[in-house]
Amino acid sequence: MLEDLLKAVKTRFNDEDKGNGKSKVSIPSDLLFKCPRCSSVIFMEDFENNQKICPSCGYHARISAQERLKLTIDKGSFVEMDAEMDSVNPISFPGYSEKLSSLRAQTGLRDAILTGECTIRGTRCVIGVMDSRFMMASMGSVVGEKITRAFEYATEKQLPVVMFTASGGARMQEGILSLMQMAKTSAAVARHSQAGLLYIAVMTDPTTGGVMASFASLGDVIIAEPKVLIGFAGRRVIEDTIRQRLPDDFQSAEFMLEHGFVDMIVERSRMRRTLSRILKLHQQS
Amino acid sequence: MNRYTPYERLEIIRNKNRPTISDYLPMIFENFIEMHGDRLFGDDLAILGGIATFEDMPVTIIAQVKGHNLEENKRSNFSMPHPEGYRKALRLAHQAEKFHRPVICFIDTPGAFCGIDAEKRGQGEAIARNLMEFSLLRTPVISIVLGEGGSGGALALGVCDNLAMLENALYSVISPRGCASILWKDASREKEATNIMKITAEDLLSLGVCDGIIAEPPGGAHISPQLTAENITNYIHDTLKNLHEIDIDSLLKTRYDKFRKIGEFLEPGR
Ligand SMILES: [Zn+2]
Repeated sequence: MLEDLLKAVKTRFNDEDKGNGKSKVSIPSDLLFKCPRCSSVIFMEDFENNQKICPSCGYHARISAQERLKLTIDKGSFVEMDAEMDSVNPISFPGYSEKLSSLRAQTGLRDAILTGECTIRGTRCVIGVMDSRFMMASMGSVVGEKITRAFEYATEKQLPVVMFTASGGARMQEGILSLMQMAKTSAAVARHSQAGLLYIAVMTDPTTGGVMASFASLGDVIIAEPKVLIGFAGRRVIEDTIRQRLPDDFQSAEFMLEHGFVDMIVERSRMRRTLSRILKLHQQS
Repeated sequence: MNRYTPYERLEIIRNKNRPTISDYLPMIFENFIEMHGDRLFGDDLAILGGIATFEDMPVTIIAQVKGHNLEENKRSNFSMPHPEGYRKALRLAHQAEKFHRPVICFIDTPGAFCGIDAEKRGQGEAIARNLMEFSLLRTPVISIVLGEGGSGGALALGVCDNLAMLENALYSVISPRGCASILWKDASREKEATNIMKITAEDLLSLGVCDGIIAEPPGGAHISPQLTAENITNYIHDTLKNLHEIDIDSLLKTRYDKFRKIGEFLEPGR
């Protein structure tokens, strides 16, 4: 299959086969998508036209926060909250400030989450979307503060919250402050919940560590995208502890469904419709 | 207070003679009755729970259990809880709420256990649930870090009205080894990592995370467990007295605000 693909690439680039037997063309890697789940390789263009879903195994790959909003909410309905908030380097962690500025330039984001108010098929809600391109969407003070404010705003305005989670966990570079964001966000979810309001968490690739162990696991309804990674501990940490290789489906969305920690697995193409249905069923008359 | 570097403190808390909850319990409390099990799956000996009296007042105790030797550590899984440990803690916290007893948590763990069964039974969900439920618990909660406070596995017993740390205790988002291996791809640079991570009681006090530091004798708690226990007793006495003066709704609001204000960021125009 890879051979066919390489041939196709050569054709596409009008690269003439010199007839030296073994095909040894090197393809610029940004033209191809290699699936981290099933290892199949497809053209980036085809992958992108397929909503960034692997056609072989159905793995729902990471997408940017902007792309996510476009796929999920009503066009033009997004009003961003706290757009100006920036991370600082509170414990003078080596290299952190430099990392922040280069990522801001690269991604066009201030930090790893966008929050705001929007409508989904006409239903008003507060939305948060994490973006794994920004330090693997780790949670430091800014991510924690924006999520907390989003829940507080939703509580005040009596609105449901839809949170697309993705994260490597708490942000090491902000030390203990990052850990405390787990408590802060969870307490804000608690108040929102006590007000009788709906919170839908949508776990996307990867939802792990301190985010998985806080607000991401606290939804009234928890949805996961197919084949995404969901877990508390890092795979390598567990493998080192037990000294054996873990099965491939360990900590997948399907694994979490089987063990009772997500309500449903929903494909990207059906996400907007599913969210809209759940939101409408919870609308107060 | 003694002036030790963070790494020297790490060595002090790793001393195998450092007192654990098993040593302190009879020195601080009376009439301890242990309670077992989460009523869902099983009992986790990494977390000890029960009721006791503190100066004649009934209290609920929830503590992570370190051992002094291999046998004790195997029994308590080196103080690394499974989900059923956190769920036992939550069950006992709700029991305390029902009977209007304060909860006193002792944190002493390198972190929640990382393993297949822990994942299958929802380690992340168990920790998350504790964070949420402890924030709403309608009874006073004090948490004291005895030695190591490792990440989410420590925080699951750390949502409280008052967080104290023993003078040499450390509380961090990631272990110094883990930090070194991410930062320099070299876990052996643990000492350097420990010294830059801002994880001592004084660091956490200045970052607004820790509310009080409990003194240890020069050299560390193991030099005199009795003296350290007296200091812990005095801290609990004073703190409970203060917390009992606050009505429960104000207490919950103050608890929320305690965590609400943690974090540093820049925001133009605010
Ligand atoms: Zn695939």
